[in-house]
Amino acid sequence: MTTQQRLGTKRLVVGAHYGTLDFIVQRCTAVIMAVYTLILFFGFLFSSEMNFEAWQHLFTFHLGALPVGQLLATLAFLSVAWHAWVGVRDIWMDYVTSAGLRLFLQVMTLLWLVGSIVYFAKVLWSL
Amino acid sequence: MSDSASKPRPQYRNLSIPQILRYHLPLAGKSSILHRISGALLFLSLPLIIVPLFAASVTSPETYASMREWASNPICKLVFLVLIWGYLHHFCAGIRYLLLDLHIGMDKVTAQKSAGIVFGVSLALTVVFGLKLFGAW
Repeated sequence: MTTQQRLGTKRLVVGAHYGTLDFIVQRCTAVIMAVYTLILFFGFLFSSEMNFEAWQHLFTFHLGALPVGQLLATLAFLSVAWHAWVGVRDIWMDYVTSAGLRLFLQVMTLLWLVGSIVYFAKVLWSL
Repeated sequence: MSDSASKPRPQYRNLSIPQILRYHLPLAGKSSILHRISGALLFLSLPLIIVPLFAASVTSPETYASMREWASNPICKLVFLVLIWGYLHHFCAGIRYLLLDLHIGMDKVTAQKSAGIVFGVSLALTVVFGLKLFGAW
């Protein structure tokens, strides 16, 4: 038990504040995804003609030697996965009361998301 | 020890689906449950639809062309429309939550109004993208 504090007159709050980390992660990843959505949207809007080359360029452009397009997409996708982990885990915690089933679903969720990350990374970094 | 569990709180676990459907949720409540449903939908379609679609669209001109071809199927378009709505609703409702976290629009009237704006903006954008998807221009 790292900290203890009373909220109001009755409620004693204990623990290592993992919930606080999840809360902050959920918000920060949301902002990152929203910003990346706008970057893609305006990149799409301001390309003179939207065809395969222009679309691919949004994810492969470099600044100097730096693969900025791939880096931004990777960071945005990691945000998606972390955001989804917190959100889907919230759903299991709200509706699944059996500890065993909940653990199973949480492990499946992690496998689903890590698999998605690897799949996406392979596609993106093969370009 | 936590003392929050000392008093057993009433639990209602016998709600039936018709009861839930009859229950009158305020607009903010509807936005909230749809935020959860759209998030779950996007989570499920991530490796099944979204990443494969992304892969086909960026890998080569050939995969791009073949994606365009099978994406012209009306059933595919309907699936895309649902995902587009899901993304837009999750996006708009999420921005509302970020503002609420900053204590902007916390009072009841403004919160109801902003929930209405979430529906207005996300549904209007869904219509715009839907028209584009089904080839209105």
